[in-house]
Amino acid sequence: MKGEMVFKRFERFWHWSQAALIFFLLTTGFEVHGSYTLFGFGRAAQLHTLAAYLLLGLWVLAIFWHFTTGEWRQYLPTTEKLGAVIHYYLVGTFTGASHPFRKTTLAKHNPLQRLAYLWFKLMISPLIWSSGLLYLFFNDWNSWLPWLPLEWVALVHTAAAFLMLIFIIAHVYMATMGKTVFSLIKPMITGYEEEEKERASAAVE
Amino acid sequence: MEQAARIIPLYLLLLILASAARISGATTQDLAPGTTADHARFESLQGPFSSGPQVTEACLACHTEAAKQLQQTLHWTWEYNHPQTGQLLGKRHVINSFCGSVTSNEPRCTSCHTGYGWTDMNQPPPSTESSVDCLVCHDTTGEYWKIATGAGHPIYQPMELPKGSGKIVQPPDLAAIARQVGSSGRQNCGSCHFNGGGADGVKHGDLDSSLVDPPRSLDVHMSPQGANLSCADCHTTTAHSVAGSRYLIDARDTSGIDIPGHTDMSRASCESCHGMAPHSEAKLNDHVDKVACQSCHIPEFARGGIATKVWWDWSSAGQLDAQGKPMQLFDEHGHVKYLSTKGSFKHAENVVPEYRWFDGQVRYTLKEEKLDASRQPIQINKIQGSYNDPNARIWPFKIMRGKQPYDLVNKTLLVTHVFSPDDDTALWTNFNWEKALQAGTAAAGQPFSGQFDFVTTEMYWPLAHMVAPAENALECSACHARDGRLAGVGGFYLPSRDRNFWLDTLGWSAVFLVAAGSAAHAGARIFVFLRRRRKS
Repeated sequence: MKGEMVFKRFERFWHWSQAALIFFLLTTGFEVHGSYTLFGFGRAAQLHTLAAYLLLGLWVLAIFWHFTTGEWRQYLPTTEKLGAVIHYYLVGTFTGASHPFRKTTLAKHNPLQRLAYLWFKLMISPLIWSSGLLYLFFNDWNSWLPWLPLEWVALVHTAAAFLMLIFIIAHVYMATMGKTVFSLIKPMITGYEEEEKERASAAVE
Repeated sequence: MEQAARIIPLYLLLLILASAARISGATTQDLAPGTTADHARFESLQGPFSSGPQVTEACLACHTEAAKQLQQTLHWTWEYNHPQTGQLLGKRHVINSFCGSVTSNEPRCTSCHTGYGWTDMNQPPPSTESSVDCLVCHDTTGEYWKIATGAGHPIYQPMELPKGSGKIVQPPDLAAIARQVGSSGRQNCGSCHFNGGGADGVKHGDLDSSLVDPPRSLDVHMSPQGANLSCADCHTTTAHSVAGSRYLIDARDTSGIDIPGHTDMSRASCESCHGMAPHSEAKLNDHVDKVACQSCHIPEFARGGIATKVWWDWSSAGQLDAQGKPMQLFDEHGHVKYLSTKGSFKHAENVVPEYRWFDGQVRYTLKEEKLDASRQPIQINKIQGSYNDPNARIWPFKIMRGKQPYDLVNKTLLVTHVFSPDDDTALWTNFNWEKALQAGTAAAGQPFSGQFDFVTTEMYWPLAHMVAPAENALECSACHARDGRLAGVGGFYLPSRDRNFWLDTLGWSAVFLVAAGSAAHAGARIFVFLRRRRKS
């Protein structure tokens, strides 16, 4: 018998297309920032804008989905087992302890994940979207807010990009910290959590 | 009868041929379409004319107001009262960084005055209407030419030119030229404006004879393969007054497409035809409030194969060779690099412009103005503008540099007497600075202490011609780069050029720490994993 479906089709589509777009946005964005030359400034800026619009659209869908399905509750922060999870990453993972958190469809994310994703959704993303849109439409509001120069907008956007890059590095690395390197990544692709039996036998090992 | 029958058709044939010949003889070969008057058929233009003013009198018999109109314009007065700075400018008053001043050099410089016989800058131009030169702007044959030293007159007798060369040059046929006058074409404007500074392309850099028949890549507006416009299509002219000024420029035209009766009736700006949002891409249109069209669309100047002068050092003028003869030296491209008469030069082709904020207002360092020689280069003309100035945009310039004489005691630029056919004070014939400055300043009524030296100078020439086709406009990365074309233009945040050092340092440090921390954590996991496996 196959395990339970934890990540539904839309959720997986959302996650991976968002991942691809964010990688692309970071690549083109740091080129616009002047960190290197890849596409050439003009093309990079054009592609960055296009990808940003796509991600914006994806976000509209995702927000709608989260509210209509009630899945937004997955990100409500909790302190329950938070200490245990942190202890696991710092110590347990080296001593062969098993992860203190068990995924269910009602709680897909461990308490540390909840905090990280809440930070992503309530801090990094709003910062990057608001500064990005202000950046893109600078000419349209500049005469109304002459005290807000492009420099500040650009610096906030750059700072948010650094936060995003840091989040991604940590996120990708921690995704390898399941029972095996791929055990956390696989359900994000197939949608199914491993079967209980396998998990039990793995634990015995 | 039989004979008559034979003769009549022959007679008729001759009649037809004769009348045909008469018609073709009486009309110009290329009457411009839409023209309502064929000047070739005007009795008053049959000549012969013995002088330019005589031709003008014939013109004015019909065009009764033309001379009065022209005499009101800058082309005639060479005098401009700047409404913002209050400076009295115009060729009659300013010093430039090429030949210096008109004063004391009149017959040479006024060869480009639109009149005949202005020989003294201390006097206004001749007031008689017949002293206006109609032909220089309205000749369509290309045969009208003025001698460089005739104060605006052409030659009227065959003449040996250059003197001593044995080459006899014929005077222009004034009557033939007068019978074929028409609208001003690029040759007419170019006869003076292409040759400013003494030779083709020398002064402006974006105006030279390559614009007479330019390929599309050189000038998309003037090329026959492009819009095929003439100068006057943009430099709209009303009552002989031509739009476009170098003293007060419309650096940011906000009136958009020029609609007769609604706007300023001037097409001497890009927006007059292209409007305020000329690009299909919105982000490009976001630039037009702060960047002049010319900045991206004139990627380089002097692109037509004719070099422009970029450096003129007067201080080395006057050196003679071992035989005491004036010298003429050329650089590796065949451009003159030294003349005993004028000093040292540098010429350049395909020159990348320099960029500055510019609100259109130009202020000159006039001959009365004290200068601070400790702050060189001295700005022969000063431009102004900044990011926060809504009238200013980033403009491309040719910046002319060089060294010019100034008075060590009075601290002013000096008027130099360079040209005269018949005195012993002109620099170009006598190679003596002392005398040349003495004579120049005396003619200009300028105090001269007798002590002089040379200051380095800069002069700004905003660029507006040699507009390339859109596909050859600058790439975004020409400016949006750490060390791009706008590296020195300040006052604003330019993406890709600018960054905050601390934010970048902090950001990349944090990225590095997280990556390194993850790697260390992973390394520890692998180490523990391997050790446990070995044990078991």
